[in-house]
Amino acid sequence: MKGKATKLHTESPLPKEALKIGGYRGPNSNILQTLLIPVLAVITSLIIGAIVVVISNKAAIESYQNFFHAPGAAIIATWDAIATAYGALFYGSFGNIKELIEGIKAYYAAGDTKPILLAIYPFTESLATVTPYILAGLAVAVGFKCGLFNIGAEGQFGIGALCSAFVGYSIKGLPLYVHLPLALLAGAAGGAIWGAIPGYLKGLTGAHEVVNTIMMNYISFRLSDWLLKGPMKATGYRPVTPVIENSAMLPRFFPDPLRFNWGFFLALAVTVFVYWFLFKTTIGFEIRTVGANPAGARYAGMSIVRNFVIAMTLSGALAGLAGATQVLGIDHWVGQGFSAGYGFDSIAIALLGQSHPVGVVLAALLWGTLRSGATRMQSLAGVPIEIISIIQGLVIVFVAAPAVIRWIYRIRAIRAEQIILTRGWGG
Amino acid sequence: MPPVLELRGIIKAFPGVLANDRIDLTLEKGEIHALLGENGAGKTTLMNILYGLYKPDMGQIFINGEEVVIHSPSDAIARGIGMVHQHFMLIPVMTSTENVMLGVEPVQNGIFLDKTKVAKRIREISKQYNLEVDPDAYIGELPVGAQQRVEIIKVLYRQAEILILDEPTAVLTPQEVEGFFKVLRFLVADGKSIIFITHKLKEVLAVADRITVLRGGQVVGTVAAKEASQEKLASMMVGREVNLVVKKKPATPKGVVLNVKDLYVRDERQNLTVNGASFDVRAGEILGIAGVQGNGQTELVYALTGLCPIISGEISIMDKPVYHSSPRNILERGVAHIPEDRQRHGLILPSPVHDNLVLCTYYQRPFAKGVALQQKTIVETSTKLVDQFDVRTPNVFVPVSTLSGGNQQKVIVAREFSRPIKLLIASQPTRGLDVGSIEYIHSRIIEKRDEGTAVLLVSPELDEIIALSDRIAVMYKGQIVEILPAARINKAYLGLLMAGVKPAEALQSVPATIQEIEVERVF
Amino acid sequence: MEIMENKTALNSRKAPNMRSRLTSGIVLIAIGLLIVLLFGLSLQAGMKSTFGLTPLDDKYVIPLPALVLPVQPAIYILALVSVFAGAWQLAHGTRSSTALVGVVAFCFISSFLIWATKGKSMDLVGTMNTSLVRATPIALAALCGVISERAAVVNIAIEGIMLVSAMTSVITATVAHNLYIGLLAGILTGMIIAALHAILVIQFRVDQIISGVAINIIGTGISSFISKRFMQANIDQLNNSGILPNIPIPFVVKIPVLGPVLFENNLIVYIMLILVAIIYVLLFNTPWGLRTRAVGEHPKAADTLGINVYLTRYVNVILGGLIAGIGGAYFTIGSVGRFEKLMTAGKGFIGLAAMIFGNWNPIGALGSSLIFGFADSLQVKMQILETPIPSEFLQMAPYIVTIIVLAGVVGRVHMPAADGTPYEKQ
Repeated sequence: MKGKATKLHTESPLPKEALKIGGYRGPNSNILQTLLIPVLAVITSLIIGAIVVVISNKAAIESYQNFFHAPGAAIIATWDAIATAYGALFYGSFGNIKELIEGIKAYYAAGDTKPILLAIYPFTESLATVTPYILAGLAVAVGFKCGLFNIGAEGQFGIGALCSAFVGYSIKGLPLYVHLPLALLAGAAGGAIWGAIPGYLKGLTGAHEVVNTIMMNYISFRLSDWLLKGPMKATGYRPVTPVIENSAMLPRFFPDPLRFNWGFFLALAVTVFVYWFLFKTTIGFEIRTVGANPAGARYAGMSIVRNFVIAMTLSGALAGLAGATQVLGIDHWVGQGFSAGYGFDSIAIALLGQSHPVGVVLAALLWGTLRSGATRMQSLAGVPIEIISIIQGLVIVFVAAPAVIRWIYRIRAIRAEQIILTRGWGG
Repeated sequence: MPPVLELRGIIKAFPGVLANDRIDLTLEKGEIHALLGENGAGKTTLMNILYGLYKPDMGQIFINGEEVVIHSPSDAIARGIGMVHQHFMLIPVMTSTENVMLGVEPVQNGIFLDKTKVAKRIREISKQYNLEVDPDAYIGELPVGAQQRVEIIKVLYRQAEILILDEPTAVLTPQEVEGFFKVLRFLVADGKSIIFITHKLKEVLAVADRITVLRGGQVVGTVAAKEASQEKLASMMVGREVNLVVKKKPATPKGVVLNVKDLYVRDERQNLTVNGASFDVRAGEILGIAGVQGNGQTELVYALTGLCPIISGEISIMDKPVYHSSPRNILERGVAHIPEDRQRHGLILPSPVHDNLVLCTYYQRPFAKGVALQQKTIVETSTKLVDQFDVRTPNVFVPVSTLSGGNQQKVIVAREFSRPIKLLIASQPTRGLDVGSIEYIHSRIIEKRDEGTAVLLVSPELDEIIALSDRIAVMYKGQIVEILPAARINKAYLGLLMAGVKPAEALQSVPATIQEIEVERVF
Repeated sequence: MEIMENKTALNSRKAPNMRSRLTSGIVLIAIGLLIVLLFGLSLQAGMKSTFGLTPLDDKYVIPLPALVLPVQPAIYILALVSVFAGAWQLAHGTRSSTALVGVVAFCFISSFLIWATKGKSMDLVGTMNTSLVRATPIALAALCGVISERAAVVNIAIEGIMLVSAMTSVITATVAHNLYIGLLAGILTGMIIAALHAILVIQFRVDQIISGVAINIIGTGISSFISKRFMQANIDQLNNSGILPNIPIPFVVKIPVLGPVLFENNLIVYIMLILVAIIYVLLFNTPWGLRTRAVGEHPKAADTLGINVYLTRYVNVILGGLIAGIGGAYFTIGSVGRFEKLMTAGKGFIGLAAMIFGNWNPIGALGSSLIFGFADSLQVKMQILETPIPSEFLQMAPYIVTIIVLAGVVGRVHMPAADGTPYEKQ
């Protein structure tokens, strides 16, 4: 309210104390804060994760029992535990500079590619892991943009994987440029249907998508259980699908065991599409408007049901596509528990990325590398992989409650922030 | 004898605005003291401080000469201060008894609520002050006037000696207002002291003993009602000579644009809110729908704009029926809608100004080619509109939430007026706005009417209706009771119709000569 | 004006009463025909279904002979009742269409049971008891939800709370060799985690669903982490608590049918039933209940009357956590005596659905939990009876029921008006 602000400074000669209250803060701190908060959130979560590592490390705990006699030993043991764990994490995510240098030397010396490949293996693995996270993160982000909380990404992922695997192994004799897109589309379609159902229910009846998508998740788990034990089972005892045809596989860049494939660039291309869709099209405009203010959107003539369904369908399609890239690019078959973890991970990624396509890619990069490295952390340092869940949960909390980060690090607020997604159960 | 209440040097600031600037106010025992000012002057803030909802940044409060600090509403209640808010603080799914006893529940056997005791006391208070209330009725089912009575009883139940009433007559017909004033006189006769917040000049002169005028957070002056006049108060409120008459040419209406016949509409609780309404609006005229809020006007507008289903009846725009049309369909037919609740329904607050300006047209050329938005065109057009409609904003990219109420309304007006429209439906278009914005909006509406647009104006402010309309329709309990040309307006007559009196009867109670009445500036 | 925000009116053009009566009437008749189609045809005449009314190894109850039904006639009769109900709805309409729906649902389920049991026998009373037992954690989750949401705080974290409480109660019970201390540990855990949710949501104004999801993730992570890292290797020291015994209540346990179902259960089941009654009474007849509901419907109004909105919400959320803690403890010390990763399997979320279906009312929540518990116990029975439906589809049943129920019910229940929105003073 410009008029009133002028009054504050010129018309009333007030005591200084009164002028301190309220007031206007600088304009540029906003961008800084949008970046700063997520970064600090991740750092803080990693610190807490480090504490958990120490607590669960036998050697460290034992050294603390002798703390007063040998404090130095305790500190060394603590540092040791953290360094080993996070060191393994880093190694698992990125690899080792030394190994890379050795590999390059070996290549120039003897034309041997194996050492280089082994050296870049962790990094390429990370990128391969990132691919489905980008797509799944986009899925949840699109939902958020429309004010919908898609917790069903995991179920949509799984259904998408099964659909693409089915097209992948059951159709034979097609060339790559037909079979692969077909399989990818099948995955997206499967996920789209799985997402459309709760979207439609929400639009028509107002039934909250949180509970419905969670229910759809459980239904998809049971469905895939049945499919993997029955109609889609490969010959043999294990509940897995047959391996897909070569013509359905996403081409890889390097020989085995490196699994980095076209999927990564497909994910980036899809990101560009989602960006264009959300910000440059009329449909995207409607979706964002419905997300910002459904009542106002309705007054402006937009159809709430239509937009809910479109958003959830697109969201489901993206998650299904994520599952498809995982099958067609990495595993080449589907087994039980295929989609485990992707659901909550994608929520964290979308939140961390502030539901913006670029943010999602950055957050997915972080998450993928963390996850990829965590398997190493489990095997090398004996830290159960579940610690990643704990770190993730903490990141979500910190990103969703910037006030906590601000309180810890004593950062001043710009204005009251609120990320409200809930409007209760009836919509 | 010290005054029963004294506020000294109250200062309250919010980010970017000084709501209360060194305010002094005294209230004598047994007095009805009106706090007058236009929207945004700081009246409600001041009373919220008194009631313990806000803490003053500086200043003192004295009750019966003793300085007190009021930390919270419980504090205020304990000190005998009671407040009836403009938007009722009642819980629709609970009964009157439950609402009254909330927070001070008497218990029997240690833990169970004693509702009979409270109901009994409610009946006692009811009788004493002439406030008829059914203790067992659910608030959601009570008419607004009854709800207000429950609010007052709530305050009296807690033995308030100082009563603060915030815009109490907003929801009453002129006749109900008389009855309400009677209740006030009962209360002060009993020794209570009343502060009465309002922006209505006539009422203030009718019932108050003293009047304090606020403007821009400061006290402009305190006058005794006997020595005040409408003109004097109006200029104190606004700070300049106020022209109390709306200038407009006589209307030259052409063909019928909107025709409504026997319309029936239900609300979500299956109540029949529009109960057989019929009227028409012609091009180049303003039809004002007068009536106390809650008589079906809101649902009528929803039905006309496609936001709510019609049970039966006909609506036709330009002779083409509107039946099960979607809101978009209706908008495309050349209907513009300024909604009642500008922030919830008229705008997308977090979105930039330019997005809000194309909210109804973004999918059409030139703002979109197919599905692709033409961002450049949108921004260019928005910049022009902002200029044309005098919207005070640094640029078109800021979120529309950063604009003041008046400028937000201008954005809505700019949006609606920037496309070809045949019918304008304006619902409470100047609610909560400052005088400058009100003048602006009124002049743009009249301009549209002169261009040949049909205008349907819905407002609970009778003075606004009288000032702008060419014909006035009175709506009561979902029906259009009568439609009168502007020249034959008698406010008392209108008031009777708004209260449900049949036209024939009303004519008898009103003076035979129907005079031109003073058309009054709306605040 | 909230009219247009009611999603049932949102974009649908339903004319009330006439059209919905038509639809529901036709649906009910269709169900009747479905009964005949699915269960009535392809039956050999003379088959009988036996429903045991006395659990086989029950020591207390007065025995009742089994209920033997001729399959074909029974199914056709039930189908007829459905069709009749549908016709009644079409022609007449009743004020209580829910009752009619209930009757038809009963017919459908009974026909299904009769069909599945044809030629064999099923322990009906045992199934009813299992339903109650399976419903217990769901009901406790639903009660937690009721208390919390009546004060307008959405608590999706119930699943995570129950999971962590399950873990702490079994560990404590094993270490202390005392189940009741384990129960206490579960309760305490529930309260602490709920307090965390409350602080995030009330103090820091975090979106309530985000906070709930985050707590679920952290809870899942912590419980799986500890299970993997510490419990799998040390089963006897940390993960072997024993199970709460069934406590038969003298006299009433002898009543046929009711006895074995209600009065021969473990402590947690009894606690659940008592809680339902207590919370119902407290919610509608005490100042605490009145203030809670006020805070949930119109916090500003409550605030202006001097009620501390924040405190009320804290108290309610933590009390809810207490109840969820009991629910979590049920999974371990009340059921299998050890903790497994992710053992709550979505019961926390189903509890929320039960709460919505029960209209945020403790007794309604119990009713809907029983329905879910019944669906749950049924799928086990169906596997035993070797019904030709794959077990995975039966396992899907509770979740599908939840979706259907939510879809049908959302417009007709009243959610506390301020549910989900944080309260801001000033």
